[in-house]
Amino acid sequence: MSAALATRGLDKRFGSLVVARGIEFSLPLGARYALIGPNGAGKTTLINLMTGMLRPDAGEILLGDEPIAALPPERRVARGLVRTFQINTLFPHLTPLEAVTLAVCEREGVARTWWRRVSAYSGVVDEAHAILSSLMLGADCYRPTRELPYGRQRLLEIALALATRPKVLLLDEPAAGVPRDESAELFAAIANLSRDITVLFIEHDMNFVFRFASRIIVMVGGRILLEGTPEEVSADPRVREVYLGKSHRTGVHHG
Amino acid sequence: MTAAAAATSPHAWLQAQARWNRTEIAFWLATLLPFWLFPDYLVLASQIAITALFALSLDLILGYAGIVSLGHAAFFGLGAYTAGLAAKYGWGEPLTGLMLGALAAGIVGYAASFIIARFRHLALIMITLGMGLLLAELANSLHWLTGGTDGLQGVKMWPIFNKFRFDLYGTTAYSYSLIVLFLCFLVARRIINSPFGLSLRGIRENPLRMPALGASSRAHLRKIYTISAVLAGIAGALLAQTTETVSLEVLGFQRSADVLVILILGGAGRLYGGLVGAIIFMVARDQFSGNTPQFWYFWIGALLIAVVMFLPNGILGGLAKLSSAWRSRA
Amino acid sequence: MIAPVIGVLFDGFAYGMLLFLLSVGLSVTLGMMNFVNLAHCAFAMLGGYVTVTLMNRLGWPFFASLPFAFLLAALVSVVFERTLYRRLYRASELDQVLLTIGLAFVSVAAAAYVYGTVQQPVQMPSYLRGSVTVLGVSFGVYRLFLIGTALAITLLLVGALEYTRFGAQVRAAVDNQRMARGLGINVEGAFAFTFALGSGLAGLGGGLAIDIVGLDPSFAFTYLIYVLIVVSVGGLGSIGGSFAAATLIGISDVAGKYYVPELGAFLIYLVMIVLLMWRPAGLFGRR
Ligand SMILES: Nc1ncnc2c1ncn2[C@@H]1O[C@H](COP(=O)(O)OP(=O)(O)OP(=O)(O)O)[C@@H](O)[C@H]1O
Ligand SMILES: [Mg+2]
Repeated sequence: MSAALATRGLDKRFGSLVVARGIEFSLPLGARYALIGPNGAGKTTLINLMTGMLRPDAGEILLGDEPIAALPPERRVARGLVRTFQINTLFPHLTPLEAVTLAVCEREGVARTWWRRVSAYSGVVDEAHAILSSLMLGADCYRPTRELPYGRQRLLEIALALATRPKVLLLDEPAAGVPRDESAELFAAIANLSRDITVLFIEHDMNFVFRFASRIIVMVGGRILLEGTPEEVSADPRVREVYLGKSHRTGVHHG
Repeated sequence: MTAAAAATSPHAWLQAQARWNRTEIAFWLATLLPFWLFPDYLVLASQIAITALFALSLDLILGYAGIVSLGHAAFFGLGAYTAGLAAKYGWGEPLTGLMLGALAAGIVGYAASFIIARFRHLALIMITLGMGLLLAELANSLHWLTGGTDGLQGVKMWPIFNKFRFDLYGTTAYSYSLIVLFLCFLVARRIINSPFGLSLRGIRENPLRMPALGASSRAHLRKIYTISAVLAGIAGALLAQTTETVSLEVLGFQRSADVLVILILGGAGRLYGGLVGAIIFMVARDQFSGNTPQFWYFWIGALLIAVVMFLPNGILGGLAKLSSAWRSRA
Repeated sequence: MIAPVIGVLFDGFAYGMLLFLLSVGLSVTLGMMNFVNLAHCAFAMLGGYVTVTLMNRLGWPFFASLPFAFLLAALVSVVFERTLYRRLYRASELDQVLLTIGLAFVSVAAAAYVYGTVQQPVQMPSYLRGSVTVLGVSFGVYRLFLIGTALAITLLLVGALEYTRFGAQVRAAVDNQRMARGLGINVEGAFAFTFALGSGLAGLGGGLAIDIVGLDPSFAFTYLIYVLIVVSVGGLGSIGGSFAAATLIGISDVAGKYYVPELGAFLIYLVMIVLLMWRPAGLFGRR
């Protein structure tokens, strides 16, 4: 059984700043992995490299068995490698219904049609609405995105990604900036995702990481420090050190 | 949205977005008024319709896809010269002439779209500007063909359908321009209500997100740029046919700047913005510019500054804001 | 045989130096703030009219007028920067284009209102007129003076940018604005100053340009196009790039008009489009 997504020796630097160095990991099919690390560790950069928004200096990326490092971002999405953004990257004046319909149209290849109305594609519209409803956005889907509360916009980030029918989903701090009770709701939605989708999520809150991830990858300074089960990671002294500083000895524990 | 929308189905909501509303119907009925109210101004009215079509073509790329062009007159001029030359050299049939103009502009637009879709920001502005200037210079140096600064003389149009002669009062000219404008408007309206139009709005709203949804923005941009060039070419051809002459200024920077002003004044990205802008701009210019065009541009400049500072979505955007404020008060 | 070639090269180089003075400010400010300032040449035109007014109406000598062309253009530009421009730094480039085209329109109309649409005559001092002949090739004294001035200013600019603290801040801001802010550099302040300096240089260029290209209200648009070409070909924020591009454009324009006058400015636009397609960030740009 091959991995859903794997990287080999990914390197990237911005001038003299090394943001990725020899990154190697692999996500088994259906996995729920977390990627953690202090601010500036290079987590977002790693997602940018894998999705093609940045070009690696060296290394290989495999989606299933296929090398994809030479493909442009949209072709990687078409093959099932999809991401969300740490900072909302939405369509402010479109309603969620329009935005998700757009995504479904693009996936279905009907986005080229200019002589028929959107509403003529009822299958597409139904699917868009179903995705929105499954993320509890059904009631809000007729309001322009920029008028939605922030937490709803975070959900829309995920809805847009789902509309592409991802095989591998990379979630960049899905709950960033969301109040605690709402982020629980968000992670519940993520936990409910179909097991056909392989998920890697970045998250700073250890409670969520331990609750929802089966394995954890720890990144520091552009390198992978270690990878292991939540127990292994929380027991590792190096992780405590980078995460909590030397003075802090209470350690990482389950919330 | 209103409380009613929450209860509707997504299909009904999307259909409602694309439905003709009363204001729209009233607007198009009002375009017929000049025949009775201002019969002496039908020539002006036809020029307004032509300018409106040109502004509509710019709206499709600027308002919907976010392509800032400072050289859109290139396609207007191409259409004008093609239709004008066809008539000058013996083919004065208006409808096929219109199609020739559209075709010429469309071919050049399609070729240019491969360049346009690759760039953004300053480079894009410079390239559109450069292409416009390039074409203007080319027309100027091809004096034997275009007549250079003297303009293209000897354009003779045949009657439309062999029946409706272009008259001095502009009755035929306005009817013809208005019908063509309306048909092109229907096409544009259909485009923006289509899946393709939705993707264009996505590109305008957030070009970064589109590839993350698996969309190839470049293909969309190429397509809309070509369509826009075709519409601009039709507008230019209309001008050549209704005035039976083509001057170098159809390609000039001034025309590209004017149409931008018109669209911004009316409100970009709203389909009617260019139409409303064209009416106000052309009527005002007819009334005020007189023999001191430089003062006209003083007011245009002041207006641009004011619009950017205080009315970011143009007149229609301002009106929409007013009306929604009014409704929420009521 | 060779004399006309040298003559064309010389005139082209002088013209290029003029374009350099007119455009270097825009290049640096664009590199720093990405602000598309289409009113840049309106400030140059202002410098031109200041020079004309001081010389013709008040009888000032040419050399006394030039500093005021610089100062007034710098002053007026910084007023606009503080009141209008700064509000649009984060706006779309469309808004920036519209605002600054609007300003350019207003400036053209204002110039036409005050001075009329005719070319402004200026009488250069006698020691700048005429030409010197070396080995059978004649060099215009005024153009020599123009080249000398531009080269001196280039050296000053490059020196200031390389060796002063302020220059280092400007370079950092052009290089990576985010990082510069992180380092505690006052990017807005540095920008306002650079903006004033750049507009001042354009104003000086406007004063120096009168004897070569004349001065009328259309200046703000005619030379805007040349300046934009220089900036986009040279690459944003690069003094060396602007210098090279200005030289290239100046020489090709003069040579084009000398050898193939029927093509007009066609060649220049073609050169620009081809260069931009080949290197969208300009010859010396890195982005
Ligand atoms: N385009 C860029 N140019 C230069 N440096 C960059 C760029 N993008 C990111 N960086 C730097 O690379 C480093 C890694 O950034 P990255 O965004 O990947 O961190 P992160 O692990 O996602 O952090 P956070 O938890 O704050 O989101 C940071 O130091 C950042 O400043
Ligand atoms: Mg991050």
